[in-house]
Amino acid sequence: MQTLILTIVLLALTAAGFRLGRRRALALAGGRPKDLSALPRYYGVYVALWVFVPAVAVLAVWYALEPSVLHALVVGGLPPELQALPEAELGLLYSDIRNAVALGTTPDDSAIAAAVAHYRSLSASAPLGLGALALAVTLAGGGIGLRLVSPQLRARRSVETVVRALLLVSSTIAVFTTIGIVLSLLFEAVRFFRLVPITEFLFGLEWSPQTAIRPDQVGSTGAFGAGPVFAGTALISVIAMAVAAPVGLLSAIYMAEYAPKRARAVLKPLLEILAGIPTVVYGFFAALTVAPFIRGFGSSLGLDVASESALAAGAVMGVMIIPFVSSLSDDAIAAVPNSLREGAYGLGATRSETIRQVILPAALPGIVGGLLLGVSRAIGETMIVVMAAGLAANLTANPFDAVTTVTVQIVTLLTGDQEFDSAKTLAAFALGLMLFLVTLVLNVIALYVVRRYREQYE
Amino acid sequence: MSDTAPARPATAEAVARGLRRRYAAEQRFRLYGMAAIGFALAVLTILFATVVANGWSAFRQTYIQLDLPLEAADIDPDGTRDPAVLSRADYEGLVKKTLRGMFPDVTNRREKRELYDLVSSAAAFDLRDAVLEDPSLVGGTFQLRVPASDDLDMYMKGYIRADSPEDERRISDRQIARIEALREQGRVETGFNLGFFISGDSREPELAGIAGAALGSLWTMLVVLILSFPLGVMAAIYLEEFAPRNRWTDIIEVNINNLAAVPSIVFGLLGLAVFLNFFGLPRSAPLVGGMVLALMTLPTVIIAGRAALQAVPPSIREAALGLGASRMQMVGGHVLPLAMPGMLTGAIIGMARALGETAPLLMIGMVAFIVDLPKGPLDAATALPVQIFLWADSPERAFVERTSAATIVLLVFLICMNLGAVLLRRKFERRW
Repeated sequence: MQTLILTIVLLALTAAGFRLGRRRALALAGGRPKDLSALPRYYGVYVALWVFVPAVAVLAVWYALEPSVLHALVVGGLPPELQALPEAELGLLYSDIRNAVALGTTPDDSAIAAAVAHYRSLSASAPLGLGALALAVTLAGGGIGLRLVSPQLRARRSVETVVRALLLVSSTIAVFTTIGIVLSLLFEAVRFFRLVPITEFLFGLEWSPQTAIRPDQVGSTGAFGAGPVFAGTALISVIAMAVAAPVGLLSAIYMAEYAPKRARAVLKPLLEILAGIPTVVYGFFAALTVAPFIRGFGSSLGLDVASESALAAGAVMGVMIIPFVSSLSDDAIAAVPNSLREGAYGLGATRSETIRQVILPAALPGIVGGLLLGVSRAIGETMIVVMAAGLAANLTANPFDAVTTVTVQIVTLLTGDQEFDSAKTLAAFALGLMLFLVTLVLNVIALYVVRRYREQYE
Repeated sequence: MSDTAPARPATAEAVARGLRRRYAAEQRFRLYGMAAIGFALAVLTILFATVVANGWSAFRQTYIQLDLPLEAADIDPDGTRDPAVLSRADYEGLVKKTLRGMFPDVTNRREKRELYDLVSSAAAFDLRDAVLEDPSLVGGTFQLRVPASDDLDMYMKGYIRADSPEDERRISDRQIARIEALREQGRVETGFNLGFFISGDSREPELAGIAGAALGSLWTMLVVLILSFPLGVMAAIYLEEFAPRNRWTDIIEVNINNLAAVPSIVFGLLGLAVFLNFFGLPRSAPLVGGMVLALMTLPTVIIAGRAALQAVPPSIREAALGLGASRMQMVGGHVLPLAMPGMLTGAIIGMARALGETAPLLMIGMVAFIVDLPKGPLDAATALPVQIFLWADSPERAFVERTSAATIVLLVFLICMNLGAVLLRRKFERRW
């Protein structure tokens, strides 16, 4: 609520700054805009920026520092014997205080009750302080801005420099996101590898990541050999690609080479619907329809099919990937120059011979790139496998068995109650790091192959 | 040379012989292509058909008409009509008493329980709300339409069949007899299931609705829109119009392309590690969900934005510059308005993808059982796809129906968004 009021006040003051700046510039120029070095509205924006930017900076700093300043003040107000507690206990005590504040209760211990009251009074006066500070900064900024306005001021240039800086900053967010992903995964994964050796994680064949509640519990040590998890991911990806590669490639060929223009205009968007369906819907479909069907079909053949078989999850995932493979292959086939086709026809080849012996070899790098992107999708896909594949880490190549995947394990390790420094939760980040690295490598190779190939004919 | 003359007929013959085989191969190859497309379209059809066939019945719900005698002695013995007294009365007992009154032959405990199980537990709450709203009801007989329990609902919709063995279904023969008796009295009716659209989640299938999840999705999408659209547009403008061609912009470009292909769950891990654990933002909040999904959508918006800017012909830029506009004025006043429809299309498509995304939300705790409707982006909430995921895990038969119905709602939203994007493109697309 207070944030909303602050925002409204700030925006109103910014608008006022714009009007004042514009009016002042015009007044200084004696009402003749041509005597100004920029259009009058740039003077308005100039002052508005002076109002807005410092205030936002102050607000950002305040919100970033508020928790730690509060912490320091409240802990500083505690009696010395409590302050002397070890850090972990002090942290617990502090979260007790915060809980008491959030719930509105008063603890029995008088020292803690005093701290709670202290916290309450601080956080009650914080909005007032913040409001006063923001207002002061806003007015000061506006004042400075207005002072600086003069007919000689190159207002447009200053404004454009600020806007340009803003554009530059927003273009770097993608880079910071990547850095954030790498750092957060790496940081937690390194903590995990301190508990579990990296060789055991990569090559171990025993995966049972439970944490012990009692020391004498069965399997209390927990086993973090991710071999079966990687194998399960590979198995499901292979099944998915066994569906997606032929279907996607053949439909791309049909649409690019055979289908009449009007059929293509209908078929292509229809296929792309498959890419737009949320994966959770695929997961539901796999669990509700496909898995029982495969199970029934398998048992009618006398096969023993697990109810969460790798085949069901993989096949549905393959359907999801069809449009990726088909649209990238389509692009690659369309990029093959017509002269190659005509040359083959001129030699008397039929269409299918042309496609198989001329077009496909020429389009191969693009198709391979598309398939690699498909594999990377399959490895990173989460919801279908969470809903239709199992949790048991079986090391098997039998598609009728239940297997588990990296993404399923990440989800199961991180949903529900958790403490953040057990090996169990950290293992999820190690798995995430592996997932990120493998998909990154696949994507880089795919993009490289596709780009290099495109240059050949351009 | 002299050898070829007699060989020619043989070659022609060989070609003619091979021709049939080659044409057959040609036909086969063509058929493979058609079969591939047919397979993809068949799966698409089956998927939609199963979802609709399973889900459409959830839009209707079975109700039971009860005539509840609201005796003052039961509800408000002192006649004060004080809300505090009214709200404490035993409405559940009243409902049970009414049910017993309708079937006087029921005596033993088991039969009573079976009888009570026909009516949803919401009946008592509905009755209390009605009485609190209008205390003058006390003393008279009140007609209340209450939702039937999920098992009765399933029976009425034909998912539970009376001719199946009794121990394989969730309602007993006695219960079926009671239902049929109620039906003959005209007390059982099916009507539009409004509750599904206006209530939050519940453990009871007949009370569970999608409003909470839909609101959660709405708040999340709002955050995504506010963050990803301006940032994406600004980034696209910088990269396309201002950035010098150097190493740094190359890095940014490669980065954006790679980010577009990073698995969505990795963004969830980022949100968990950075937004929740480092910045201490609240768990399960649409704000955090929106921030994570915005980062995920950003590459899509940037790539679409750049394509839209590229489609604006250089002559526009040159004309503006020639008239003395600065680069910033040229972009802001001429290029950006022309590229806006394309950018909006990209943003809508990115938002549609974010709306269907589930995995990152699981990582940041938007997967809890939440009954209350979220009132803002900081309240705990789920989202529509997460609700589908949660319901799909529930064992009750009635939840299969609700899951499919929620899927239908989600798909309708997605289709509308994509259709909007297509129409926008059609309306504003310009060929230069």
